[in-house]
Amino acid sequence: MASSAVVTANQLIIMAELKLFRTWSSRFSLRVVWALDLKGIQYDTIFEDLSNKSSLLLQYNPVYKKVPVLVHNGKPLLESLVILEYIDETWKQTPLLPEDPSERAMARFWAKFGDDKVLPSIWNVFIKQGKDQEEAIVTAQENLGCVERQLTGKKFFNGETIGLVDLAFGWLANLLSVFEEVCGVTLIDLEKFPLLLEWIQNFADAPIIKESWPPRDKLITKYQALHEVYTSKEAPK
Amino acid sequence: MAKNDVKVLGAWPSPYVMRPRIALNIKSVNYDFLEETFGSKSELLLQSNPVHKKVPVLIHGDKPICESMIIVEYIDEVWTSGPSILPSDPYDRAIQRFWAAYVDEKFFAAMKGLRSAQGEERKAFLDQVTEGLALLEEAFGKCSKGKAFFGGDRIGLLDIAFGSFLGWLKVTEKVNGVKLLDEAKTPGLVKWAERFCADAAVKSVMPETEKLLEVSKVLAAKMKGAPPPKN
Repeated sequence: MASSAVVTANQLIIMAELKLFRTWSSRFSLRVVWALDLKGIQYDTIFEDLSNKSSLLLQYNPVYKKVPVLVHNGKPLLESLVILEYIDETWKQTPLLPEDPSERAMARFWAKFGDDKVLPSIWNVFIKQGKDQEEAIVTAQENLGCVERQLTGKKFFNGETIGLVDLAFGWLANLLSVFEEVCGVTLIDLEKFPLLLEWIQNFADAPIIKESWPPRDKLITKYQALHEVYTSKEAPK
Repeated sequence: MAKNDVKVLGAWPSPYVMRPRIALNIKSVNYDFLEETFGSKSELLLQSNPVHKKVPVLIHGDKPICESMIIVEYIDEVWTSGPSILPSDPYDRAIQRFWAAYVDEKFFAAMKGLRSAQGEERKAFLDQVTEGLALLEEAFGKCSKGKAFFGGDRIGLLDIAFGSFLGWLKVTEKVNGVKLLDEAKTPGLVKWAERFCADAAVKSVMPETEKLLEVSKVLAAKMKGAPPPKN
């Protein structure tokens, strides 16, 4: 009787574990890291090598085979923004979303805009050249202009404190300058994007947030290699 | 007649526009349906959705809410006295949101590709759509747990997200001469589709397939470079 009670207790501990599958550089995984850290939640991290995915990752995310995957009580959660909402609903301290439904809708709107429009348009600037790149820059800056306007009168997208939209745009605070450096294009300057530049500073240096930035020199190396692949003459379409 | 506090800007053929209408019907909320003219965008639309300039937009009082699934969640959060559209358990909510995002990102892209593809490309998109439906059949089994809908006894978020595409799915079947929802391969979804389309919240807003077919022909002609519309 006593030994089976001990086994059950261990099983409960294993079941209650929180595991995050991520890579060292994944901007989407970083959102989940920040959300958990901001709420002071304990979890285990499993670093994946995407060129050699673990069987566990493939088992937990057969549809996309991607990170992040958050496993809670043995159940996998997928897609970073879905995971963020799950975290916010499960652990109520340090809320990431406001309470008012219309403000929540706005937050979800801007997080989606970031992923659907801003990110791809900036990626286009990164991978293209010549006239194509010039056109991509116009689109990217238009999108960034929409984002800039959201910061009017606010320290963070969420107001005085960091919230879901800040975490969703977090990659702007580290990756944007990496892309700019690697491809030699300045997308945001002080004249046109003063609020965004200020937000980048505030966000990058914020407690908890600043502890998880991936090393910049490693990111430069990674994206330099990627840039070469995309812009070499023999690059596959 | 008093004007409604709730308005939906949209177009009847759009699956995205159907979504907030179904949600409002579930909650028994009266609303004005302001139809956009095909080929032009009203001042109200441009003002309420300046970023995307697209339908649907929900206008509640003076607040515009954009993006169909975001509108559905908003409706669920505001009108709490009606039946819930999202389940209460956070994990179940995450599963519904995951598959709703899958429908919009992967499944819709494959359907859209299939509608406009030619030759070899068609087969590739057809495979993608078939694969997607197999995944959704499996998801239906897990989410419904033997009940009528992805949401259980009643229509929920994922039913709305996926069900709103059923009209266009039928058009795609007719235009391509294929059976996508199939009693042999997707038996659960076949029965679910019947129940969904017959549901009181859906019936009045689901367009007839014949009417969608006509719209489909107009759109196809437009894509092939028919004369541009007069300004």
